[in-house]
Amino acid sequence: MADWVEPAVKQGRTSFMNDPKVRSIVLQVVALVLVIVLGWMFIDNARENLAAQKIATGFGFLENTAGFGISQTLISYSETSTYGRAFAVGILNTLLVAVIGIFFATIIGFLVGIGRLSKNFVIRLISTCYVELLRNLPPLFQILFWYLAVLSAMPNPRQSISIFGEAFISNRGIVVPRPLFGEGTGLVLWTFGFAVLATVLIGGWSRQRREETGRPFPMLWVGLGLIVGLPLIAMIVTGFPISFEKPELKGFNFVGGVRVIPEFVALTVGLATYTAAFIAENVRAGIKSVSHGQTEAANSLGLRSGYTMRLVVIPQAMRVIIPPLTSQYLNLTKNSSLAVAVGYPDLVAVFAGTTLNQTGQAIEIIAITMGVYLVISIITSVIMNAYNKRVALVER
Amino acid sequence: MSLTFDDGTFIRSEMQTPLPPPSRNVGVIGWIRQNLFSSITSGVLTLLGIALVAWILPPLVRFLLIDAVWTGNNREACLGAEVGACWPFIKAKFAQLIYGFYPAGQRWRVDLVFLIGVVLLVPLLVLSWPHKRLNSFLFFVAYPILAFILLTGGNISASNFLFGHFGLLRAVAGDAGVAGLQLGFWLDFVVTSALCVAVAYVIGRLATGSGRGAATMTAYVLAGLGIITLLWDVDFGLERVETRQWGGLLVTLVIAVTGIVASMPLGIALALGRRSKMPIVRLLCVIFIEFWRGVPLITVLFFATYMLPLFLPVGVNPDGLLRALVGVALFTAAYIAEVVRGGLQAISKGQYEGAMAMGLTWTQMMRLIILPQALTLVIPGIVNSFISLFKDTTLVLIVSIFDFLGQLRAAFTDPNWATPVTLYTGFAFAGIVYFLFCFGMSRYSLFVERRLNTSHRH
Repeated sequence: MADWVEPAVKQGRTSFMNDPKVRSIVLQVVALVLVIVLGWMFIDNARENLAAQKIATGFGFLENTAGFGISQTLISYSETSTYGRAFAVGILNTLLVAVIGIFFATIIGFLVGIGRLSKNFVIRLISTCYVELLRNLPPLFQILFWYLAVLSAMPNPRQSISIFGEAFISNRGIVVPRPLFGEGTGLVLWTFGFAVLATVLIGGWSRQRREETGRPFPMLWVGLGLIVGLPLIAMIVTGFPISFEKPELKGFNFVGGVRVIPEFVALTVGLATYTAAFIAENVRAGIKSVSHGQTEAANSLGLRSGYTMRLVVIPQAMRVIIPPLTSQYLNLTKNSSLAVAVGYPDLVAVFAGTTLNQTGQAIEIIAITMGVYLVISIITSVIMNAYNKRVALVER
Repeated sequence: MSLTFDDGTFIRSEMQTPLPPPSRNVGVIGWIRQNLFSSITSGVLTLLGIALVAWILPPLVRFLLIDAVWTGNNREACLGAEVGACWPFIKAKFAQLIYGFYPAGQRWRVDLVFLIGVVLLVPLLVLSWPHKRLNSFLFFVAYPILAFILLTGGNISASNFLFGHFGLLRAVAGDAGVAGLQLGFWLDFVVTSALCVAVAYVIGRLATGSGRGAATMTAYVLAGLGIITLLWDVDFGLERVETRQWGGLLVTLVIAVTGIVASMPLGIALALGRRSKMPIVRLLCVIFIEFWRGVPLITVLFFATYMLPLFLPVGVNPDGLLRALVGVALFTAAYIAEVVRGGLQAISKGQYEGAMAMGLTWTQMMRLIILPQALTLVIPGIVNSFISLFKDTTLVLIVSIFDFLGQLRAAFTDPNWATPVTLYTGFAFAGIVYFLFCFGMSRYSLFVERRLNTSHRH
């Protein structure tokens, strides 16, 4: 007991290196230095390579004349337009496919998803087959199938398939009537906008009233009446300013109307049906995630089955459905880059394809292209996170 | 049956046998009533559904089987008014769809690679079979090296490249080396390795007090590298086959398997980095993951094809397939990282705390406690990533690598087989192949999920 022995471990030397703080700082500095060195090597190599291959740098090329035509343009564009203009055309074409694809994918997806939970055996079977078949085939395969095997196999314009004599499907695409905007269109559009706004406001008010007093409000009918009725009245007042120009067969092709190119149709149909299979699974999972007790509780409160679905099950299911749904929307938007395989002029085909081939400025062009998709994803995920925060279950 | 008392009352001592349900509610009729015609809407939907099936199914069966042409040598066999699928076309193009333009005399090498792959993969997939560690090593490490040698022919003189670029002794010994370049390289390799091990020892000594662990680790890694370089340099007498000649299902599988094998370690590292407490490491990992997840695979392939060569030293121009593989691996790693992160998050905190309480280091904790549990949990997620990767391999046809779908498209243009049904036959065949692969894998993932579920049920 007399002499107290010093601990064998010496305090100073080892403890400094074993200090987690020191270690973590050293590790992070090493990681950062490695990344910087790697990045610097890349930049240095790129500079040498570009000099060796005599490729121009910078974004000046965006103002040069593009010199190539684009088969579908939403804004005015010609061969004498600049690469910058072609870039804008590409983005708009990508967004067009994305928006229309998302619209149809959502509708099909919800129908099939609910169909998979149906009590009806035939509906359940068809929905299951749809989901299993479509999501187990590559999207590119499906788009090529629609393009090569379905649309290219359509009859020529002279024997085209007519839809009520208004639209025609042929191997040159689909022609639909073109709306012509006459005098007074502005008023109609304004009324339409007003009706939408009013519907949103009344919807908010009715929800609030229902939550406070429990009294329901026939929102569906009021909303429909506003959105359909008001513009209709405006049309009658202004004397039907919007008319349609019917496509007509002249010689070997159609004149008039709007021609939807087959590439667009193949891409949109392919993406919408493919993504719908995934959306259906999300919808199914979402509805199944709401425990049966909720339905039983709603029934025992005396809610009718429609109300049970609308007021109890779906709001809770949406919490589960929305996050994967947005990621499916994002996937569809990213998959729209498959356009390049069928020759639809989207961002990748116009910019990373033709423009890259003509200018050779790979670094700038691919960086811009990737940047566009990144911006779309980041915006979506920011909105998503905000939504998630709003609907998240508040727990103790 | 019952107790009867004197005053006439009685008490039942047994339950009365229940009456059978009404005949309308049981049997075939009951099933039909409940599942097909429970209401008017349901009945209408049933009829519409049956009409839809009747509209699609019989023509499909007729096309694929009944009206199909089974024998023939050229397009003549498949011409005619009411002709179904032209299977001789698939038979004639089968080799092209599987091997691409791989030299006919060398195709046994591809078959051997397929065979070894199946032999190693099947025991890995059956969860209850033993020796998982050895099996994974063989499949994830040994198999890719072997497959590389078999498919390319090996003998790629990696040592020349390494010696030329990184040789330490090159300045001293010159290009001549001691006794030919090979010997010079290996002398250099041994000296350099010894130096590396010494440096590792010193650093380990400074950092943890004992340099033995770090030195052994470095020695193992260098020995592994040496063995790979040696194997790839030995001339096994196999004819060299350029990747430009590869194609078809071979390329599809090479890209999918390499993508998943190469992205696993990177993905795990990224997932650990993203969960790390070190802000800079975490930030770097988050940026990496979100970048690759935010862009479509096509832009990644464009990046790998057009941009990557610019970032490498002047004169280094890697093979087209290799470039695509790098792009695919980076892209997949980001998705695998998120899957693995999910698994890491599912492990309860008690496991981490328990490991730390046992005095394990971070590496030991991850290697022995956390990762084995987390990776088992995410097997379904990894299989799902593999399915989407398998489907995404079709995209390489855009950067002129002819995978299965690419070869199919090429086959369509053959005038010898130009018939009205060629296109549909090709799509039907490719559809069946893709479906069998993807559907099989998704069933497997479901099966694993269910099995893991039962073992975790309390």
